[in-house]
Amino acid sequence: MAAEGKTIDALGQFELSPVGGVFGWAVSFSQSNLFMVFAVVLTFLLMKATADRGALVPGRLQALGESAYEFIAGMVRDQVGDEGKKYFPFVFSIFMFVLFGNMLGMLPYAFTFTSHIAVTLTLALIVWVAVTAIAIKRHGLRFFTYFFPEGAPLWLAPIIVPVEIVSYLARPVSLSIRLFANMVAGHVMVKVFATFVVLLGGFGVLGWVGAIAPLALNVALIGLKFLVAFLQAYVFAILTSIYLHDAVHLH
Amino acid sequence: MDERDSFEERLRQARAREGLEKPPKGGPAPHNPWGYGLRAGVEVVSALVVGIGLGFLLDRWLGTWPWLFLVFFVLGSLAGVLNVYRLFSPRPRASSE
Repeated sequence: MAAEGKTIDALGQFELSPVGGVFGWAVSFSQSNLFMVFAVVLTFLLMKATADRGALVPGRLQALGESAYEFIAGMVRDQVGDEGKKYFPFVFSIFMFVLFGNMLGMLPYAFTFTSHIAVTLTLALIVWVAVTAIAIKRHGLRFFTYFFPEGAPLWLAPIIVPVEIVSYLARPVSLSIRLFANMVAGHVMVKVFATFVVLLGGFGVLGWVGAIAPLALNVALIGLKFLVAFLQAYVFAILTSIYLHDAVHLH
Repeated sequence: MDERDSFEERLRQARAREGLEKPPKGGPAPHNPWGYGLRAGVEVVSALVVGIGLGFLLDRWLGTWPWLFLVFFVLGSLAGVLNVYRLFSPRPRASSE
C-alpha cells in the first residue's frame, strides 16, 4: 500500500472510510470511531480488572491499572491541590482516552484517531469549556479578574486585558495542535521512510544495502513514537490539571 | 490496619534507601531542546491563529477591515510571547498555597 504506483503516499493513512458494511455507511461510522470505541472499552476492561481483583499483592494487569490511577491521582493532587480531587475522574478519563488513542495507533493496520484535528480540538474544547464553567461556578463574576493580574498598573489594562483574553482563547488551540501535530508528524515520518525501504528494495542487491539505513531509522522512530504517544497523553493531562488549578485558585 | 500502615512506612523507607522514590517533578516543561522549541512554537502559532481569527471575524462583522485585524494581530503576537514566557517561568505549585 505504501509504494503503490511507486509514489510516496504519506497522508493516505489518515483517510476515513466507513466500517461495518451497510451500518457504517448509514451512520458514517468510520474506523476512527471504531478505535474510539476500542479505547473506551479497553479502558473500561482494564479498570474493571483492576477493581475486581483488588488483591493486596497486585498481578500484572492490576498493577498496570493501579499505576495509571496513581499516576493521574498524584498529578491532580500536585497540580490542583486537595480541591482537585473531585475533578480526578475527568482528568483520568481524558488521559486514558488520549493514551489509548495514541497507543492503539501504534499497532499495525490500526487507526490513530488523535491524528485528526477534529478529534483533538473537540477534546481540547471539552476541557476548556469545563474548566471555564468550573471557574465561573466557583468564583462567579470574580472569574473575570483572572484577565487582569493583581498589582499591575491600571493604565496598562487596555493592553493587558485583551492580551490575556487572546491568551486564554488560545489554550484549546495550542492544546489540540500540539497533540495532533505530534501524532501526524510521527506517522508521516515512519510512512515516508518505510516507503524508501520498499522503493530501494526494488533496485536489487544494491538497493537492499541502501535500504538498511531507512529501516534502521524506522526502528528508532518507532521507539520514539511510543515515547511521544505516552508523553503527549501526559502533557494533555497535566495541562488540563494546570488549567484546573487556575480555575480553582484564580492566578 | 496498624500493621499495614507500618508496612507502608517501612516500604517507603526501604525504597528511599534504594533510590527508587524519585522526587516529584512539577510542570510540563520538556527536558530536551527540541521539546522546548516545539512547545514554544506551538504556543506562538496558536496565539497568533486566535488573534488573527478574532480580528478577521470582528472586521467582517463590523465592516472595519483592516483595522481590527491589525490590532488583534499585535495582541495575538503579545499573547504568544506571554505564553512562551509562562512556559519558562516557574508556576506556583498547589502545595505552596
